[in-house]
Formats: sequence, C-alpha cells, structure tokens
Amino acid sequence: MTDTRQLCTFALGSLLFGVEVVNVQEVIRCQEMTKIPLASAMVRGLINLRGQIVTAIDLRARLELPGLGDEQPPMNVVLRTSEGVVSLLVDEIGDVLELDGSDFERPPETLSGVFRDVVPGVYKLEGRLLLVLDVERIIALGAPGEPSGVAATVAA
Amino acid sequence: MASDDDDVMREFLIESRDNLNQLDRDLVALEQNPRDPKLLGAIFRCVHTIKGTAGFLGLVKLESLTHVGESQLSRLRDGGLSLDTELTSKLLAMVDAIRRILASLEANGSEGGEDFSNVVHELSQVGAGSTPRAAAASTRASVTPELLPRAAPAHAPAAPVAPDAPLAAPAEALGKAAAGVADTAIRVDVALLDRVMNLVGELVLARNQIIQYGLSSKDAGFVNASQRLNLLTTELQAGVMKTRMQPIGNVWNRFPRIVRDLANVCGKQVTLELDGTETELDRSIIEAIKDPLTHAVRNAVDHGIETQAARLAAGKSATGHLLLRAYHEGGQVNIEVSDDGGGLPVEKIRARAVERGVVTAERAARMSEREVAHLIFLPGFSTAEQVTNVSGRGVGMDVVKTNIEKIGGTVDISSRVGVGTTLKIKIPLTLAIIPALVVTSGGERFAIPQVSLLELVRLEGAQARRGVESLQDTHVYRLRGNLLPLVFLNRALRLPSPEVGEDVCNIVVLQADDRQFGLVVDGINDTEEIVVKPLGKELKGISSFAGATIMGDGRVALILDVLGIAQRANVVSPTRDRALVEKTQQQQQQQADTREALLLFRVGASTRMAIPLSMVARLEEIAPEKIERAAGREVVQYRGAILPLVMLSRDLLREPRVAGADTLLVIVYSEMGRSVGIVVEQILDIVEETVTVRSRASREGVTGSAVVQGRVTDLLDVHGVIRRFDASFFERNDTAA
Repeated sequence: MTDTRQLCTFALGSLLFGVEVVNVQEVIRCQEMTKIPLASAMVRGLINLRGQIVTAIDLRARLELPGLGDEQPPMNVVLRTSEGVVSLLVDEIGDVLELDGSDFERPPETLSGVFRDVVPGVYKLEGRLLLVLDVERIIALGAPGEPSGVAATVAA
Repeated sequence: MASDDDDVMREFLIESRDNLNQLDRDLVALEQNPRDPKLLGAIFRCVHTIKGTAGFLGLVKLESLTHVGESQLSRLRDGGLSLDTELTSKLLAMVDAIRRILASLEANGSEGGEDFSNVVHELSQVGAGSTPRAAAASTRASVTPELLPRAAPAHAPAAPVAPDAPLAAPAEALGKAAAGVADTAIRVDVALLDRVMNLVGELVLARNQIIQYGLSSKDAGFVNASQRLNLLTTELQAGVMKTRMQPIGNVWNRFPRIVRDLANVCGKQVTLELDGTETELDRSIIEAIKDPLTHAVRNAVDHGIETQAARLAAGKSATGHLLLRAYHEGGQVNIEVSDDGGGLPVEKIRARAVERGVVTAERAARMSEREVAHLIFLPGFSTAEQVTNVSGRGVGMDVVKTNIEKIGGTVDISSRVGVGTTLKIKIPLTLAIIPALVVTSGGERFAIPQVSLLELVRLEGAQARRGVESLQDTHVYRLRGNLLPLVFLNRALRLPSPEVGEDVCNIVVLQADDRQFGLVVDGINDTEEIVVKPLGKELKGISSFAGATIMGDGRVALILDVLGIAQRANVVSPTRDRALVEKTQQQQQQQADTREALLLFRVGASTRMAIPLSMVARLEEIAPEKIERAAGREVVQYRGAILPLVMLSRDLLREPRVAGADTLLVIVYSEMGRSVGIVVEQILDIVEETVTVRSRASREGVTGSAVVQGRVTDLLDVHGVIRRFDASFFERNDTAA
C-alpha cells in the first residue's frame, strides 16, 4: 500500500473524484449529443468522437446526485473500459494527482447506497477527501442491459 | 535463418489449412467415386506436399503420419488396394491428426505431445503386408520443398493434372505451376483488410459531410471537387468491399466431411450437392453463418433424411439427397438447404406444440402446414424422439433463426410430407455499410435500413385526417384495400409529438418478419449510405435500435431495429416464446374482424360454394379413369397414399355429376395427416372478402350463406361433410406418420 498512484480528478459539486489515469483516454469539452429514447436516465446520449460513437454516462444520475441543470455544460472524461470507450459527464475537471498509498483508506462501513458499490476507497488530501471510482462498476449501470425505461414499456 | 524458417512455417500453416479442407472434400468425393484418377492424384499431391515440407522443417510426427498416408494412397493408385468406407475413415482420421499437429504448431511452434502412433498403425494395417512405395517420389519432391506449399493449393483444387498422370508426376507438375500462379494473387492479413474497411467507412462519412457542405456552397470549383470525391469514394468503397468478399464455398468446404461422417453415424446414405459455391459474401457474414448453416445441415441429415429402409419403403432411392444452394437475388444472398427426406412431421409438431401449451388445441388444428412448420423455430422445440449425439436436445432451429436474424437475415422453412424440407436463409451482402432512409421524429433523426423498406406514403390535409382509422387503440391505414397496422414512432420511443401533426402524415411501410406495418414519422429526409456502428453494451437492452451511425453533419443518429420496433408494438409477437400464441390471437382476430381468403367453386350445375383458403392443402386435376373403388367408396392413388373422394354434387346436392369433363377438379383437404379430396365442378376464384354470414345453416353440409362478389354463396361445412362421409376421420389420427 506504499506505492503511488496517479489519479485523474474531477468534481461533481463539492465532491472530488478520481479515476486511474491509465484508464483515461482524453478529456473533452461538452459535445453535441444525440439522445437515446427509452434508455436509462443515466445514459445521456451518444457523441461522435472523431468517428467513433461513444456513450455518455451522466455521472450525477449514476451516483444519484441531483442534476446540474443546463447553465453549466458538462465535461467529458473519456475512459477506456472493458466494454469499449465510454464518456463520463462531470462538472469540472481537476488536476492529475500523484497519491501516496499511505493516504489511502477503505471507505467507512457507514458509506451506503450507490457510493458503497462504486467507491472502493478514499484518499485523505489536505482538507479534502478524494473518492476513487471503480470504472468498471460505474459503467455496469445497475442491471445491465435492462434500463428501467425498457422494462416499463414492455410491461405496459 | 531462424526467421526464414519462421516464414516458411507460417506459409506452410496457412497453405496447409486450405489443403486440408480440400483433402476432406476430395476424400469424401473419392469414396463416392473410387476410380477417379484426378481426385486420387489431387489427394496424393496434397499429402505429398505436406509430407515434403514436414521433412524439410524437421517435423517428425507429421512426416511419419503423412508418409503412411502417402504409401496407402499410392497403393490405391496402383490398384493394389481398393477404397472402402474403412480406408476412407482412416484417411480422414489421418487428416484430423494432421490438423491437430498443425494447430499445435500454430499455437506453440511444436508438434505437441499428442501420440498419433495408433492412427499411423491403423492406417498402415489396411491391406497389411504392404511395402511403402512412395519413397522415390518423396526424395524427388524434397529437392524443392519451399516451392511446394505455395504451388499446391493453387494448383491442386483448380486444375488437377491429366487423369493418366504417371506416379512420379506430382513433383514436376507442381514445379511448373509454381511459376505461373503465385504471382497473380497475394495473401492479405484479415486485420489489415478490416482496418482498411473501417477507414473507408470513415471516408464515406466524411464524403457525406462534404457533400452536405457542398449543397450550401456557391463555389463551383468546390462543388465539382466534391462531386468527384463522391464518385471516387463510391468506387473505392465498392472495391474494398470486393476484397472482403469470399465465396460461400469457404464455409461449405467442410460440409462433405460433416455429412459423410454424420451419415455414417446415423446409418444413412446421403449425397451432398453444392450449387453456387462461388457466390460471394462479406467476410463478416461468412463467419456469422458458419454455425447456423452447419446446424441446419446436421439437422437435415439427422432428422430430415430417413433411414435407408424407410426410404425404400416409401419408394425412394436408398440414398438421400442434400442440396445446398446459394445465389444472389435483389442485393441479398439466398441460401437454401434442402433434403429429399420425409419432411417435417407436421402432426407430431402440432401435437407437441399443444402438449407444451404453445398453442391451443383448437388453434393447432386450424394451423396450416406452413404455420406448423414455423413452430420448430421456437426455443427448445424438438420432436426428435431420441436424443442423439447429433441433435434432438432441443437447442437448434431457434438458434439458427436467432443467429441469422442477428445479422439482418431471415429464415423460412417449407416442407412437404414425404417429399422433403427446404430451409431458406436470406442474408444481406454486407454488414458494414448499408443504404438507409433517414427520418425525423420528435426532433431526432433516425436511420431505417433500406432492406426493410417497402414504400413511403404521404397523406396531406383531409386525407391525413381521414386516412388513419382506429380500431380501439390500434391505428390502421388502408393501403390498397389491405389494413396496414400503424406504429407512431414518437409514441414508440416516447418522444415529444409535434404540435402541428394533423395536416401531414408520413407513413414508412416496413417489412418485419412476414408482416407489414406502417411507421408514422414526423418527416422523411433522404436516403444515405450509412456505416453501422454497434451500440455500447449498456444500450444493447433496447431492442428498438440496431446500432448508430454518424450523419453527414457529424452528429450521431440511431439506426432503428425494424423487427424490434415491430415486436415492441406487437405488430409481430414480442418474444418468440409467446410468439405463436399471440400471433394466433391476432390472426384469429383479424380473421374475425376483417377479411378472409376464400376459395370459390361451383358444384353441380350452378351452385356457388366457398371454403376458407386456409383449409385447402392443394388443388389437383385427376383423370376420371384413375378413380378406383375401395371399401365401397371412390378413391384415387395420390402421392403414394390413398385419397378418398367426396363427390360434392352427388353426395351433397344429389345432382348427377355434369358429364363431359375430361378431368376431375379435386380440392385436397388435409388435417391430422390425413387427406380428403373434394370433387367440384369448377374453381371460380380466390377472393378476399369480409364474410358476413347472412343466413344460418339451412341445409346439411353448409354452415351458412354469404354474399361474395355480389352473389349468394354457400359456405361449405368441410368438417360436417367429411364427418358424414367418414365418421372416424377426425379420430383416427394415430395412423399419421
């Protein structure tokens, strides 16, 4: 646990998150997005990344945080995952931080809900906590392949 | 030196794979025709080539294996040995062993630890006491071993040497061929081709963007250049597509072997005919159809073709015939797998479907043979009594259907009892770039693959308001007299509906499965060549979309999955499990609500009668002298069975038969595997009518009367008539095959 890690950080409101920098392909500005009808609310749409079609996941919705509204366009953190390239929509991009293993701690048992599922640990920074995100779990979107919208319509 | 060897090895592996497939085929062919010197020559050369290179590369096991094979083959050629099933099996076992060694070589560069001495031994024991004679040929060949692998595949399958080629010919013949053929073709890495294809896909998109930009540009030079770019891109696209095309023969290669082995296991005799092996398909599709096709072929041999005894009893030749046919038609490729076996056991399927609760008994009895045949595409549906090594485990045709549909194809099956079964598969030529219609709904653009598109209908003004009629919640449009169910894309995708929708109605008429429906969209834009890109896994669950593409303006648009939308809207049944039940209900409802196809005919001098067309199996003409009498009743021999006849005019109307007719017109009615011929005087017409029964049955044998084509027509009570004439007809269904 003494080794160092490089995390790419970004913010959602007052919360600071980080993902492994090797997973990050690039960070881009808000892109024109094509909505996907019937898809889960966590999926904001599709963007054209130089000819490649990438699904944009609304991280706020994924983490069950309130939506940000339209005034501030989100940033895209484009990640390479086992399921291909996926973009996470975040409020703001932070720095790439080099972090020491001694500052790492597992999340407290009292952490509940979706955070428990996707946050494997926390780095204690000065005056701030950095939540590490498990990318693979983030993109698993709950029950995979069965966005709630679809289930609802089929039942109807 | 090491890298030279590596090159030789790689070349050898690639070439040998082709050679082995050819070997399989040739050996099976040789078994049919053991005296064919051309085939024998080709096989010999092929084994010889592998042996030569194996010796050169120091592959001991491979060399000893092929050496025995070569010896036996040369004895075959000299007439010292004759080919029988046993020897063929052993030679094929040798081919399998070679294949395993090659696989091991490919995987880890060594021959692997497997022991093939039993294969060697068994093969050498055939006609034991022999002395291998091919030593001379092999030394000669090893002089130019590096030429052999390159020359063999090009030469051996295409143009075997003269039939009377002397024993030592192979080496020289190969040497000659090597000079000519090797220069005209090169091998290209598939990954490279795929990359080039992707790039062309991107280029097509860029071209589309430029053209769109050119439309708004006033610069003539730019417009010209973009036009030229347009043409070149199209040509380039066609060219690259062509490089990815492979003949379907590449998949079919393995079927002779599969069919032979399977036929042996099942104790059947089957000949396989391949027609259209040169038909070309995109590589990705070739890959995708491999398994479904293999499955279909295995099914045909295992279930379709009967045992020799059964075939002889049915008056057929002992050897079954399996035909694979491929041909292009309308931008699609059709593949047919047909056998001349016993056909689908319709009654058994019907019974099984009822047993499993897939359809109600009542409905099952009314299903046509065709509908029944389609039941076998349901998941887990198998009528095989025995679970064999080969099939009957209840996974099967549904997998075939699912896999074919996954690549945008369709599957159809037709079968005639005692005559055979044909499975017809239609698939697109390529998956990568498809023409599509772009439509708008709820402010978003969607692409609809053109293969599903039938026509476009635009209703304006009053027409738009009156044209769309509703049946409860269902909206329909009368398209040339037929009711076309409508699906509103906005509602289907829960998009906002436009404020001003009532004045214009755009209907895209689409084909889903065997059904048509109209998709109502806000606007119809244009057709465009689109590059299909898959959706991420997190979106796969939405059956309404087949993928996404990038439009001319660089934005992403979703590609509609026509079948998925139809299923969600219940135009075709949502999941195949429930499929038939709902389809049935729908059909019943349609029949009740709307129209029915009727066969109109004349009985006696002037009575017009009708029966539902769905009850008619066939119409036949039969010469009067063919009528025989059995058990006090008129019968004819028909398709190897006895067909009892009902003379409607005499039996029902008590009118004498109108004399003078040269032939009898017979409506063949089949149910529960039994048939009855209903003799009528004249077939008048087939009409589709809304039947309103005007008067209830007034006479025996008639369910009622209706006005059809403006004239009073009696509706024949087919069941009643048959029952009256043979009370046990509907009970004795156990005699059915």
